[in-house]
Amino acid sequence: MAKQPPVPLLSNGKRVDGRLPEEHRPVTMQVGVLPNANGSALVAYGNTVVLAAVYGPREPIPRYITAPDKAVIRVRYHMAPFSTDDRKNPAPTRREIEISKVVKEALETVVFLEQYPKSTIDVFLEVLQADGSTRVTSITAASLALADAGIPLRDLVIGVSVGKVGDTVIVDLNKLEDNYGDGDLPIAIAYRKGWILLMQLDGVWKPSEVKRGLELAFKAAENIYRSMRETLKGRYMTVVQQ
Amino acid sequence: MSYPFEIIPSLRRETLRRLISEGKRPDNRQLLSMRDLSIKVGVVKTADGSAIVNLGNTKVIAGIKFELGKPFEDTPNEGNLIVNLETPPLAAPTFEPGPPDENAIEIARVIDRALRHSNYIPLRDLVIIPGKSVYTMWIDIYVLNHDGNLIDSSMLAAVSAIANAQVPRAIIDGDTVKLDKSTKIQLNVNPQNMPLTVTYYKIDKYLIVDPTLEEEVMSDGRFTVASDGENIVALQKGGGYFTPEEVDSMINSTLSIVKDLKVKVLEMIKNPTGSLML
Repeated sequence: MAKQPPVPLLSNGKRVDGRLPEEHRPVTMQVGVLPNANGSALVAYGNTVVLAAVYGPREPIPRYITAPDKAVIRVRYHMAPFSTDDRKNPAPTRREIEISKVVKEALETVVFLEQYPKSTIDVFLEVLQADGSTRVTSITAASLALADAGIPLRDLVIGVSVGKVGDTVIVDLNKLEDNYGDGDLPIAIAYRKGWILLMQLDGVWKPSEVKRGLELAFKAAENIYRSMRETLKGRYMTVVQQ
Repeated sequence: MSYPFEIIPSLRRETLRRLISEGKRPDNRQLLSMRDLSIKVGVVKTADGSAIVNLGNTKVIAGIKFELGKPFEDTPNEGNLIVNLETPPLAAPTFEPGPPDENAIEIARVIDRALRHSNYIPLRDLVIIPGKSVYTMWIDIYVLNHDGNLIDSSMLAAVSAIANAQVPRAIIDGDTVKLDKSTKIQLNVNPQNMPLTVTYYKIDKYLIVDPTLEEEVMSDGRFTVASDGENIVALQKGGGYFTPEEVDSMINSTLSIVKDLKVKVLEMIKNPTGSLML
């Protein structure tokens, strides 16, 4: 807000990295990357890279956090000290605690929790390299890792960030756009259900801009959803062959 | 705090669900109407600004304190704003002592974002020496009795306490800066920019606002819209799911709810009461 970016965020309709306003960065993903975890995934949105691991369903420690009729999901979103320009103190910040909570609430809605009473499902998210949109990348990674763990899900969850540069609504913010843009609207979508599972907003937005942001997020989610399916299919096929 | 894990008998749940499906609430409200609201400002003498909010049986107090601070590197020409929210164990049987947990942190951060982006607080007026010395404005929100809807009641307490804030005069003496607590100047807020939140709770497919604790505990989803009456200055989804159409309708109804609520709030905060009574 009101801070001057080092380079113009939009010039001739192109963004700093040459993308069009509605263009998502390349998304790459890999599942089953951590042998110890029940499920894992590595997801990159451009230069943002997040590693997700799922442990569980398992017996919780401490035991009192359990629910008698369903599983409890715990999420830890964390940024590695080397993932940012200046070293990030590894102690959890208020921001990380809040993001862990909203990501947990996004995932709780799609997992069939009632199938695993008295157990926990732990989702650990480590941002290894940050270039904006880390929370939405984390959600996509978490959803893949849950699927990789074989935990039944109502749908896959796709995270997409939307932002604003002046009056232009843009998709998938990078670090510069995150720091110097005029707004940030991270969204998580259960793609086939059409459900919004996470939605936060920072900055000043007109109601019409929020609506446009949602439309763009659903559009961007489509491609990511397809590659998630392909990735998982590939993974299941190798498991079947083994 | 482990959010109020209260058990509601299934018979009661069914009754509440049926009522809500008929557009009614146990306390005779409509789905999108709020409980009785009262706000008193200037209630804490030791604070630089304060307010008590009663929203039904939910009680929240907010206090403002100014301290000397150093500006953040990226905002040399703005004062610092810090919002903190506590849920002390006296406010509910399910609250436990300890530092703010994820629920308290979430509410404080949503309020912080709404305040920051609405331009309600003239942060540029809180600069003493640009780049060197500024005021740090602490907004400490205390929940005193939790009967649902902590987000909206805390936001109301925050904006009211801010409107009541008096800034101690800064005395610059060579290289040192001191605060003279005996001389205070009214903080010039921008009332037209006052942000308020409206938090919607989903029960089955119905959306309600300002739930009691009982309604809140049995709800399936939560969504907060913060607005100055014209623009959206923060959104925060809690549990459950929402469709794009629901988001659209919540944003639209928030604009009108906030416009009406602001008139009420501005009226209630006109005259400081000066006595600390719940």
